[in-house]
Amino acid sequence: DALADGFELLEKRELVPNMHLLRIRAPQIAAHAKPGQFVILMAGETSERTPFTLADWNADQGDITLIIEEVGRSSRELISLPVGARLAHVSGPLGQPFDIQKKGTVVLGGGCYGIGGILPLARALKQAGNRVISVIEASSSYLLFWEEELRAVSDETRIATKDGSRGTRGGVQEVFEQLYRHEGPVDMFIAMGCTFMMRMTTELTRSWKVPTFVALNPIMVDGTGMCGACRVSIHEETKFACIDGPFFDAHGVDWDELDCRRSAYAREEVEALPQAADLNALMFPEAAHQGCGCGR
Amino acid sequence: PMIPRQPMPEQDPRRRRYNFEEVPRGYSEETAMLEAGRCLRCKKAGCVKGCPVNINIPAFVALIAEGHFAEAADKLKEQNALPAVCGRVCPQESQCEAGCILGKKGDPVAIGRLERFAADYARTHGHEPLACAAEPSGKRVAVVGAGPAGITVAGDLARWGHHVVVFEALHLAGGVLMYGIPQFRLPKEIVQYEISNLKKHGVEIRTDMAIGMTQTVDQLLENEFDAVFIGTGAGLPMFLNIPGENAIGVFSANEFLTRINLMKAYDFPRYATAPIRPKRAITVGGGNVAMDSARTALRLGAESLIVYRRGMEEMPARVEEVHHAQEEGVEFHLLTAPKRIVTDGRNRVTGMECLRMELGEPGPRGRRRPVPVEGSEFIIPADTVIVAVGNRPNPLVPRTSSGMEVSSRGTVIANENTMMTSKPGVFAGGDIVSGAATVISAMGQGKQAARAMHKYMTGEEPPCV
Ligand SMILES: Cc1cc2nc3c(=O)[nH]c(=O)nc-3n(C[C@H](O)[C@H](O)[C@H](O)COP(=O)(O)OP(=O)(O)OC[C@H]3O[C@@H](n4cnc5c(N)ncnc54)[C@H](O)[C@@H]3O)c2cc1C
Ligand SMILES: Cc1cc2nc3c(=O)[nH]c(=O)nc-3n(C[C@H](O)[C@H](O)[C@H](O)COP(=O)(O)OP(=O)(O)OC[C@H]3O[C@@H](n4cnc5c(N)ncnc54)[C@H](O)[C@@H]3O)c2cc1C
Ligand code: SF4
Ligand code: SF4
Ligand code: FES
Repeated sequence: DALADGFELLEKRELVPNMHLLRIRAPQIAAHAKPGQFVILMAGETSERTPFTLADWNADQGDITLIIEEVGRSSRELISLPVGARLAHVSGPLGQPFDIQKKGTVVLGGGCYGIGGILPLARALKQAGNRVISVIEASSSYLLFWEEELRAVSDETRIATKDGSRGTRGGVQEVFEQLYRHEGPVDMFIAMGCTFMMRMTTELTRSWKVPTFVALNPIMVDGTGMCGACRVSIHEETKFACIDGPFFDAHGVDWDELDCRRSAYAREEVEALPQAADLNALMFPEAAHQGCGCGR
Repeated sequence: PMIPRQPMPEQDPRRRRYNFEEVPRGYSEETAMLEAGRCLRCKKAGCVKGCPVNINIPAFVALIAEGHFAEAADKLKEQNALPAVCGRVCPQESQCEAGCILGKKGDPVAIGRLERFAADYARTHGHEPLACAAEPSGKRVAVVGAGPAGITVAGDLARWGHHVVVFEALHLAGGVLMYGIPQFRLPKEIVQYEISNLKKHGVEIRTDMAIGMTQTVDQLLENEFDAVFIGTGAGLPMFLNIPGENAIGVFSANEFLTRINLMKAYDFPRYATAPIRPKRAITVGGGNVAMDSARTALRLGAESLIVYRRGMEEMPARVEEVHHAQEEGVEFHLLTAPKRIVTDGRNRVTGMECLRMELGEPGPRGRRRPVPVEGSEFIIPADTVIVAVGNRPNPLVPRTSSGMEVSSRGTVIANENTMMTSKPGVFAGGDIVSGAATVISAMGQGKQAARAMHKYMTGEEPPCV
């Protein structure tokens, strides 16, 4: 049923171990996308509906770019698709775009897939006249990516590594602290990445009373407000992250609840992995006996 | 001798509670003719008045009695785009069958079962209804939402010569018929058959398109289309607003049913969507959605309970569904209201605290109002709670369309006869207009809208029914 020419996978690259860039043909999404929005993908007709942030898009070429971290079954299904294959479904853009305004100095923090996810925000915030500082983190220097891309759209780009192999030793929060304490006023913080990082930065900026926004990533199903799987508590009020979010006032988030809800299917996620069953055989039954089956 | 109302063959309850196959098996040709023979072919047929779309019931039933099954299906199609669906899911006991004269003394004609029979016959025998010989009009129509309302509009307007494009937010068309109503009550193959018929008649179906996000209604009108129909349904789940409701193990009926029906989580891990594996599931509510959830939980292997704050008579669900649920072993806890979700240290559900209720004075609509009995709190242990207390209209389209009037309940306001909204060229129907209602009322409004849209675009009456 997809658009006549389908959602073709145009490009696939492993940027750093476990982080994959996928460029997909999706003209209707590229034409309407705004910074901070996401899409929901299904690699095949039997796949799960999984959300991914729009890391970039090109309305003229009609394509979108995603950064996909290899975690479990759904992300593996996606990155196992060969270039030229068609994804079964891509729906979007979904979620409220980030409200881009001129605030002054805006500091963006990105970890994991969030390194890609903050790029459109940095670009738009800078265009709106802000001084934009992008901060990215990884466990070690060899896991950093898109540094140049971010530099090109930010006034400054800072780096943090957990092992200290480049930039500040630590994570986004350590750099935020340095910026705030030693380098003058910050008017807004935005963080996107793993829940742990977002939570740490939230605790930090709470005491400084600086407006902080986080891109929440609860489990989603439809992404249109129909199921309520994505509900989060913001200032003790239930919100649906897919239509009210993904961005929320970090200082109102019930992080314990989000953590719990995100791990609701931990057992099933392991079961879904192709230990006994061969993932490629599940997805490409017709090609089960060709080649090594690694999909690349 | 009077022929009794013919019973419907059904899967044995002891067996069916473990599978997702359809419960009622359908009439045989002989049984259908026998049942149809009971109809008195009344001149002033009460049954027709009871049907929200006034199907010519005596006529189609007579055709069945004479063995003209395919013609009976054609007759049905004149008023009802999806007779195979309505025969299965209409609340007949409060609509057509409630008006049947035979019901005054004995049992009414089994109109729903006959409707289902004729429609199934036509489908399985590859019978196609007579096409309408309309010339292409050169007009383009956008239908937003592929539920029963949208399917009806698309079907009619395509037959009348317009180019129709249906936009659906999910990855499959069908609306609640696909994601909500379970397989054991409405096989998905039937819905997909109807969708494929639409395509055969030239309707273009674009899934993965959330209007309001991808394009807005304003843009559809400006760029490409002469008229737009909104049939986005009532898909926003209501919760109870009680403590603990965001615990792991609490689901909206929509999520629960979507995972199982649409995403086929019961076939996990072949299908990748994580299933819900309840051991003891409480469903809160007393409507069709609650029955579907409780019976689905049962089929996933759970002990299944329904908690409803009024009594059995007040349950809005179809009588047949309540009956089926009881037969299959769903436990009913009536006059019981949820107060709090009980959780363990890891925020997982371990039970639900409830209050006993008494029926008080009748409220404004005649239903007796339940009042809590003080100090009657007790806990029902469970690991899963499914909230089925209603759905509100989906706000995505009204929120993103300019000049579209919306009621305080969030429903789109449309003219009763033409279904035109306050936005010229934009029509609406189904649950988005009426609030959560029924399949047949959604299709009835779709019919009305399709006529008015044809007139709006061409200035003429539709060329055929
Ligand atoms: C708005 C939003 C934007 C996101 N953007 C990105 C992105 O740009 N790049 C990226 O790599 N990841 C992103 N994620 C997270 C991504 O959706 C999950 O990592 C992915 O679904 C994991 O699926 P899996 O089967 O590979 O792993 P699994 O082993 O199934 O799950 C691993 C973890 O991922 C989370 N998860 C699982 N299923 C879902 C689901 N349906 N919806 C949300 N989370 C789920 C759970 O917390 C789970 O514990 C985003 C999530 C949200 C909600
Ligand atoms: C579990 C359950 C059981 C039911 N049982 C019965 C029954 O037994 N008998 C009965 O008569 N009725 C029953 N109903 C009610 C009945 O299904 C609805 O009244 C009917 O489906 C309404 O039809 P609709 O076309 O208005 O909307 P829907 O069927 O809700 O379809 C709306 C469609 O629009 C899509 N959509 C929403 N927003 C957008 C957007 N922005 N862009 C594009 N597409 C969008 C949705 O994804 C959906 O596919 C039941 C409902 C449920 C949930
Ligand atoms: S559409 Fe529904 S109410 Fe009308 S005759 Fe058929 S079953 Fe009865
Ligand atoms: S009221 Fe009953 S008996 Fe009379 S026409 Fe209708 S179905 Fe037949
Ligand atoms: S994902 Fe279903 S409501 Fe948000």
